Amino acid sequence: MMSLDRPIFGFRRSMVTRLFGLLTTGGLAAGLVTGLLIVPPDAIQGEVQRIMYLHVPMAWNAYLSFAVVCACSVVYLIRRDLAWDRRAAASAEIGVMFTALTIAAGSIWGRPTWGTWWTWDARLTTTAILLFIYIGYLVVRQVVEEPEKRARLAAVIGIIGFLDVPLIRLSVQWWRTLHQQPTVFRVGGMMIDRFMLFTLLLNLIAFGCLYLYLMLKRTELEMVREILVAEQVRRIAHDE
Amino acid sequence: MTVLAQFATLTMKDLRLELRRKESFVTVAFFAILILMTFTFALGPTVTRLEELAPGLIWIAFVFTGVLTVGNAFHVEEVNATLEGLLLAPVDRGVLYLSKAAGNALLILAVHIVLVPLFFILFNVDRWAVLPSLGVVLVLATIGFAAVGTLLAAVTHTARAREVLVPLLLLPLAVPLILGAVRSTEVLFLGASLAEAARWVKLMVAFDALFLAGGYLAFDYVVEL
Repeated sequence: MMSLDRPIFGFRRSMVTRLFGLLTTGGLAAGLVTGLLIVPPDAIQGEVQRIMYLHVPMAWNAYLSFAVVCACSVVYLIRRDLAWDRRAAASAEIGVMFTALTIAAGSIWGRPTWGTWWTWDARLTTTAILLFIYIGYLVVRQVVEEPEKRARLAAVIGIIGFLDVPLIRLSVQWWRTLHQQPTVFRVGGMMIDRFMLFTLLLNLIAFGCLYLYLMLKRTELEMVREILVAEQVRRIAHDE
Repeated sequence: MTVLAQFATLTMKDLRLELRRKESFVTVAFFAILILMTFTFALGPTVTRLEELAPGLIWIAFVFTGVLTVGNAFHVEEVNATLEGLLLAPVDRGVLYLSKAAGNALLILAVHIVLVPLFFILFNVDRWAVLPSLGVVLVLATIGFAAVGTLLAAVTHTARAREVLVPLLLLPLAVPLILGAVRSTEVLFLGASLAEAARWVKLMVAFDALFLAGGYLAFDYVVEL
């Protein structure tokens, strides 16, 4: 029987979860208030630039999630402990959510800035492909019933999907640079204002806490589900 | 049995089956011709700008037929539960994967040996000189496509909804390969030699190597009993 309150680095799990919940709430509140209200808007782009304080942390979370999926998948295949499969699955779900949000926020920013919701820019295209790879990963998890088998197959997808990312990025980049140079993109190497940088860092830390909080919650939910299923099976067996 | 002998035996087994039944080849080849017909309906009988469109069209047909082919690799082993037999045989499972991938690659190639010239004839593409170089691109693309496709077919062959699952997983993963193939073909159609598309060719080689190695290593985990 697995324990719901297994300690994490010597601390009670429920305490760690609560801690990150509080950090996320406080951090996001501070980060959003600073980013959306206090920090001065960008000189050229104006108010719409404030989306960056959401967009960049969400994009980082998305990439972090998929790296975690790959790492947990490798550990699962070596140790065969379903706890690592739960972590990989949770991270993939969170990653898909953040990838979708990144694209959405980017679109909203792109419309007034570039004059278009979507363009086949290298970075946009790579992000969209990533979204599809990990939606595929989640679909595989849906269609395989048996837990060990599901974990094995998903781990293989989680690993090869991530290994493919450098090739996808490279190919998409060549594809665009060969075709046409970006026309409406921001000026490279622009110095970022100190206050803006601080706001961005604040939001990055807050979103990092949000990632950890969601991971703790999602894995906990999965454990509860597994315990309930085991209990149900036990009862059915008892009745018969 | 040496690894090479195992590989040869397993591949020959699949080839012999296919040569006797001709099931996959015939169905996939006809499907490919139907795709060419659909192109005609979609683009109209008198196509302008064909030189520009041809590389894209060839590789769209390739993706369709390729997806259809690799999905079948493990179906044949299901009817009499022969996959279990193969897994019990004293052969390296990585070799089993390589032989399945080779079988798929040969099938895709065979279909395209018919399809590409037919495409040239049906659409009046008067570029027969590019065929040898196009063949090289085709072989590289086929190896990579079969490498990923075979692994994914193994992953999904016992799952529900496997017919949709293979393309769903395969297409995003194969993006570098398809991009490489299309761009190389474009270079060829512009009249340049394959050397002009060197970096795309290298990218395809890297893709092939990565996924052959990945499939070889991962297959053991995929088919574990």
